[in-house]
Amino acid sequence: MSWLVGNAGQIWQLTVVHAALSAIPIVIGFALAIPVGWFANRHRASRGTVLAVVGVVYAVPSLPLFIALPSILGTRILDPVNVVVALSLYALAIMVRTASDAFASVDVDVLLSATAVGFSTWRRFWSVELPLAGPVLLSGIRVVSVSTISLLSVGSVIGVTSLGYFFLDGFQRGFALEILVGIVGTVVIAVVFDTVLTIVGRLLLPWARRRAASHRPATPAGADLAGAA
Amino acid sequence: MIEFRSVTKQFPDGTVAVREFSLVIPSRRITVLAGSSGSGKTTILRMINRMVDPSSGAIEIDGADISTLEPVRLRRGIGYVMQNSGLLPHRKVVDNIATVPLLRGEKRKDARARALDLMDTVGLDRALADRYPSQLSGGQQQRVGVARGLAVDPNILLMDEPFGAVDPLVRAELQQELLRLQHDLGKTVVFVTHDIDEAFLLGDQVVIFKPGGVVAQIGTPQQILAEPADEFVTRFVGADRGKRALHVRSEGGRDVVLDADGRPAGVLVGAAPTRDEAGAAAAAPGASAQGDRPR
Repeated sequence: MSWLVGNAGQIWQLTVVHAALSAIPIVIGFALAIPVGWFANRHRASRGTVLAVVGVVYAVPSLPLFIALPSILGTRILDPVNVVVALSLYALAIMVRTASDAFASVDVDVLLSATAVGFSTWRRFWSVELPLAGPVLLSGIRVVSVSTISLLSVGSVIGVTSLGYFFLDGFQRGFALEILVGIVGTVVIAVVFDTVLTIVGRLLLPWARRRAASHRPATPAGADLAGAA
Repeated sequence: MIEFRSVTKQFPDGTVAVREFSLVIPSRRITVLAGSSGSGKTTILRMINRMVDPSSGAIEIDGADISTLEPVRLRRGIGYVMQNSGLLPHRKVVDNIATVPLLRGEKRKDARARALDLMDTVGLDRALADRYPSQLSGGQQQRVGVARGLAVDPNILLMDEPFGAVDPLVRAELQQELLRLQHDLGKTVVFVTHDIDEAFLLGDQVVIFKPGGVVAQIGTPQQILAEPADEFVTRFVGADRGKRALHVRSEGGRDVVLDADGRPAGVLVGAAPTRDEAGAAAAAPGASAQGDRPR
């Protein structure tokens, strides 16, 4: 317990750093995946190639990538940029497939009718396609969020500070509480991020929730009918 | 007035959807394009707002060649109603109706106020304004679709099988509503359907297509029934069978109209039938069957 009190400052600091260093790749990966996923869906012929490329990126193990990136980017080995770039690539790799599926999930009749009433291509993307792809995009970014937060810990091995430091340090010292703090801290960040994403999703996609809700009464009504029969 | 001048549409895969099509669509009337699927009728409809551009030939609206008009602007000036309503599922009913006015840059408040008025026009309860389309019945969704089509008060309303996906009772109701609206508003309506009863009920002018984008016959419902151009039209309109193959029998001093099976379909009123009126009388049972509104 005294270790917790004595190190509260460091625990808090590393938690904040961990959250910040994961948030950046999540946002970058998401933002890049949207145009790539849109393109892959729009040009079906390219879809296979695009998904194969991102699949290969995802297959590269994280530790070698962290170590290789400085020589590719010309950064120093301890620069957190390496980890951010690597995690952005992973986030992109996961998110592109989901983004492509998200745009494929949009009803073509709705898009056709949007064009028919006078949406320009650009405007149709922002006000029809993107919002309607929203629910699937949201499910994708929630997966990316959890994956990025846990992958970031690996960065500690090459000296980029995060909650992963507590795993390493605790493991070397044989100190279970420190390892536990690392695990709990990571889980707390993941839960907080997921909650924030869910709330933002509800605010931005109110219709998706209503639609789900409006389907619910159908079951009891059907059950009543069945009961009456 | 919309005019097609020997319009042909060949898609990149080589399919000819429309072949040398010419037609004058008069203003303030309902023109119905009828035919089975693959007859090119929807392609023709989509050429009017440049969703599809013809491979050859010209299309004019009130004398202006539409190939010179900017497609997005053109579309914002033409009402469009399609099957399954095509409403934006993520926008409330009132915002769906206000879609095109907002695209045109109208103020949100004005557009919404007008959308509420339009809900009255198409017979929708204003209480539904803040619902999402998925929370409405199929018939209500189509009404929203019609209201959206009318929102910028367009001269032209394009309707692509708008009542195809609703049940027959609701369809009959919507058809009557359309006739009422047309009577009040006097739009130039181009209506696509594969249902010949619907075509005869709604159409001032009916165009019947053969597969492959070839016109079989153009005329009023009466003309088509009285003088079907060929065997195809006769079969398509069902003039050789069922409720359209009517004949008259004198019964107790009145002329009773019987269908193909000998069941009475009605009585003949007025003068002895000339050829044209026989056609008109024959069209009537179909119309009245569609017109029964279960309110």
